[in-house]
Amino acid sequence: MSEFETIIGLEVHVELKTNSKIFCGCSTNFGAPPNTNVCPICLGHPGVLPVVNHQAVDFAMRAALALNCEINRETKFDRKNYFYPDNPKAYQVSQFDKPIGEHGWIEIEVNGNKKKIGITRIHMEEDAGKLTHTADGSLVDLNRQGTPLVEIVSEPDIRTPEEAYAYLEKLKAIIQYTGVSDCKMEEGSLRCDANISIRPVGQEEFGTKAELKNLNSFAFVQKGLEHEEKRQREVVSSGGEILQETRRYDEASKTTILMRVKEGSDDYRYFPEPDLVSIFIDDEWMERVKSEIPELPDARQKRYVGEFGLPEYDAKVLTMTKEMADFFEGTIEAGADPKQASNWIMGEVSAYLNNEGKELHQTALTADGLAGMIKLIGNGTISNKIAKTVFKELIENGGDAEKIVKEKGLVQISDEGAIREIVVKILDKNEQSVADYKDGKEKAVGFLVGQVMKETKGKANPPLVNKLIVEELKKR
Amino acid sequence: MSILDKKISELHQLLHTKELSVTDIVDASFDRIHQVDDQVRAFLTLNEEYSRIKAKQLDEKLVSGADRGLLFGMPIGIKDNIVTKGIRTTCASRILENFEPIYDSTVVERLTEADTIMMGKLNMDEFAMGSSNENSGFYPTHNPWDLSCVPGGSSGASAAAVSAGEVLFSLGSDTGGSIRQPAAFCGVVGLKPTYGLVSRYGLVAFASSLDQIGPITTNVEDNAYLLQAIAGNDPMDSTSAKVDIPDYLASLTGEVKGLKIGVPKEYLGEGVEPGVKERVMEALKVLEGLGATWEEVSLPHSRYALATYYLLSSSEASANLSRFDGVRYGLRSDNSNNLIDMYKQSRSEGFGEEVKRRIMLGTFALSSGYYVAYYKKAQKVRTLIKEDFTNVFEKYDVIIGPTTPSASFKCGAMTKDPLTMYMNDILTIPVNLAGVPAISVPCGFSGGLPIGLQIIGKHFDEATIYKVAHAFEQATEHHKAKPKL
Repeated sequence: MSEFETIIGLEVHVELKTNSKIFCGCSTNFGAPPNTNVCPICLGHPGVLPVVNHQAVDFAMRAALALNCEINRETKFDRKNYFYPDNPKAYQVSQFDKPIGEHGWIEIEVNGNKKKIGITRIHMEEDAGKLTHTADGSLVDLNRQGTPLVEIVSEPDIRTPEEAYAYLEKLKAIIQYTGVSDCKMEEGSLRCDANISIRPVGQEEFGTKAELKNLNSFAFVQKGLEHEEKRQREVVSSGGEILQETRRYDEASKTTILMRVKEGSDDYRYFPEPDLVSIFIDDEWMERVKSEIPELPDARQKRYVGEFGLPEYDAKVLTMTKEMADFFEGTIEAGADPKQASNWIMGEVSAYLNNEGKELHQTALTADGLAGMIKLIGNGTISNKIAKTVFKELIENGGDAEKIVKEKGLVQISDEGAIREIVVKILDKNEQSVADYKDGKEKAVGFLVGQVMKETKGKANPPLVNKLIVEELKKR
Repeated sequence: MSILDKKISELHQLLHTKELSVTDIVDASFDRIHQVDDQVRAFLTLNEEYSRIKAKQLDEKLVSGADRGLLFGMPIGIKDNIVTKGIRTTCASRILENFEPIYDSTVVERLTEADTIMMGKLNMDEFAMGSSNENSGFYPTHNPWDLSCVPGGSSGASAAAVSAGEVLFSLGSDTGGSIRQPAAFCGVVGLKPTYGLVSRYGLVAFASSLDQIGPITTNVEDNAYLLQAIAGNDPMDSTSAKVDIPDYLASLTGEVKGLKIGVPKEYLGEGVEPGVKERVMEALKVLEGLGATWEEVSLPHSRYALATYYLLSSSEASANLSRFDGVRYGLRSDNSNNLIDMYKQSRSEGFGEEVKRRIMLGTFALSSGYYVAYYKKAQKVRTLIKEDFTNVFEKYDVIIGPTTPSASFKCGAMTKDPLTMYMNDILTIPVNLAGVPAISVPCGFSGGLPIGLQIIGKHFDEATIYKVAHAFEQATEHHKAKPKL
């Protein structure tokens, strides 16, 4: 089946983190009781008019610039007409032929290969309300109606589901870095639809595409695309024809399920929104927005390699999310050794977050706390083993590493005399191990070290214990 | 002479000298409404209880000497497509028959600040689509000059109520002539301001790029008063202009010496009745007598205006009226068992014929495959029409012609023939497409029915329009004629 090539394009909706909605003053807070963040304007009452929230334009422009887009100096809004109960005006104010940004790109890396994925356009629009279907009927909540969105449309440059995953990860990282969105898929502040088609290798013309919806995580996007790629190849290989369909990914069966077959394209009857005037973006405005873009993931990654001497891989993982990268830098600023900080974050911290299904800000761990602990390891106050206990306390309850160590009596015993005393006692108790050692069985040392550590509740300085055991064994 | 035949300035003088109270004025207004409105049928909703309480409150203010608003104590009627908080706003449509807005339009807020008394809501053609008021979803309004004739539309009742002396003045809205044509038919003064001068926030949109709210009064001075109260930038309306508002009353000098008038040949050509032409020529003579000069000019793209207007206004309307879907407010049909059916039935039952016709026309013009040929092309022609006006205004101060090609006509005469009905607006539509201001003032009669003189001005130059209209009014007796009811 290698004679086919897969073509994937992604449409990503991102909610902008403005204080108020795009065309009225209502709050954009997530989780308010239904229909409380509403006013006549977002309810689409007769006679109301929209007024553009300039923070939304700033944010959209910031995202566009971060995605290497050209900014349209004259940008305008259009009406997209369709009836649905979550769409109170029966048209969505969106952008059609003059989106805020066009012709951008981002770079992704899959299996060590770098590739640029083109971005066709990024445009502003208002979000719709939310429907809840019950046995008695459907309920409409218009809190979300009017939340500013940007839709980011990729070029059909993506060739594998893996690349799609990498594109989404990178896109999310960049948008999060710019600070214009939280990009939380679980709260709907990032949503993704995927278009996929196949064509014989060498053919220029695209095949008929299917649109995948209901993709609730990046992993589902990849899985859905993998399934759809396989399905389309099977259909074509067995002489069938691909129809223009909308399908949804079903996690339970790990397949895509047909929602509807599209005949022709939907006619949204776009036309310029007469209630709004064009927005003209001058150099000064654009430069100001440009200056608000912080250092983006690629640049940070490079800096971590150059400045801190981290391996490429570590630098990449650390910069995947702004939260993680900011935390890493905070730890270093608080005095931790960069390499140690990186090891802890990529090791224990990541493992904890994965196990608990949490994000960093949902734990009690602070950069100062982690740095304090790393310093205690560095100066020999605690062992790596003890550190794990301290770490657990820091991430679960927070606090200061030094204080925790003191309160819990976790200070490492590095007093040679005291340890030697314990060593002698252990050797006396374990004559067989001493004999084994004399017979050349080096392994016995390990057992004896373990016994000493047990006796000291893990507080003895391990290299010192090791050294003293060997010394004492040699005396016997 | 009835109290309501007086001008604002005269009434204010009488209030000042305590010869009249606000309650007297409001009583007179309601007396007249109860006397004639079962014949005229101008009102859809009366706000009587509130108005009488408000009158008492204002009378107390009069005694206490507190600050008074610009239109203190003046009774006003509001076209029913301008939303009024807690007071039924129907757009004369069954689909909004029981709709009570949850906010006030900007103009109503400003009128409240000006201490007017909102007497009630006025009938109209459904969603402002029509030229005779016969498209009201409830009942037609009649012309006070001849009850068998139409008052014009769509602000037919706004003009009729003023003409019949039911209220001192009213607000209408004008998308293609909807203030000026009924003002002409009813023998009153109606201004369509420059697009962007008066906030549209709270005006239920018909065609957003053309709609403007404007004042209808019995005389030019009152018209200037009313515009003064409602004009000016509104942050709630992105299309509202940030311009300084002049003192319109100060422009009423009677001085038009040296004024240059352009008279478009297209406005006095075929289709314009002789009686109308004669009144306009007489009016031009009056202005000449006052020292103004006039020359024939051309607005060459006028003949495309009607087609351009119907494409653009219907396109915008098709989207603007989509929100009336039965989901959140307004009429929801009981005869449906699924969502699509609910939309279809609610809209089928709620909208009248003319509204449906225009929604279909607009939907078609915006459809894929037709958009470029219709909507886009109409936008280009609109630019040409605008340029016609710009060119004439390089040399002339105002443009003058008739407001309508004929006087009012009999009820039912054109209802079967929408295209002939549309021709009523042929001389007013280009003004909306260009966004410039224009007024209609009474200039005499033809066959016993009033004729309107249209004076068109430059963008935001309402002051000059008022100056000319006022000078003409003061030099003639036309505005003094009242219908016998």
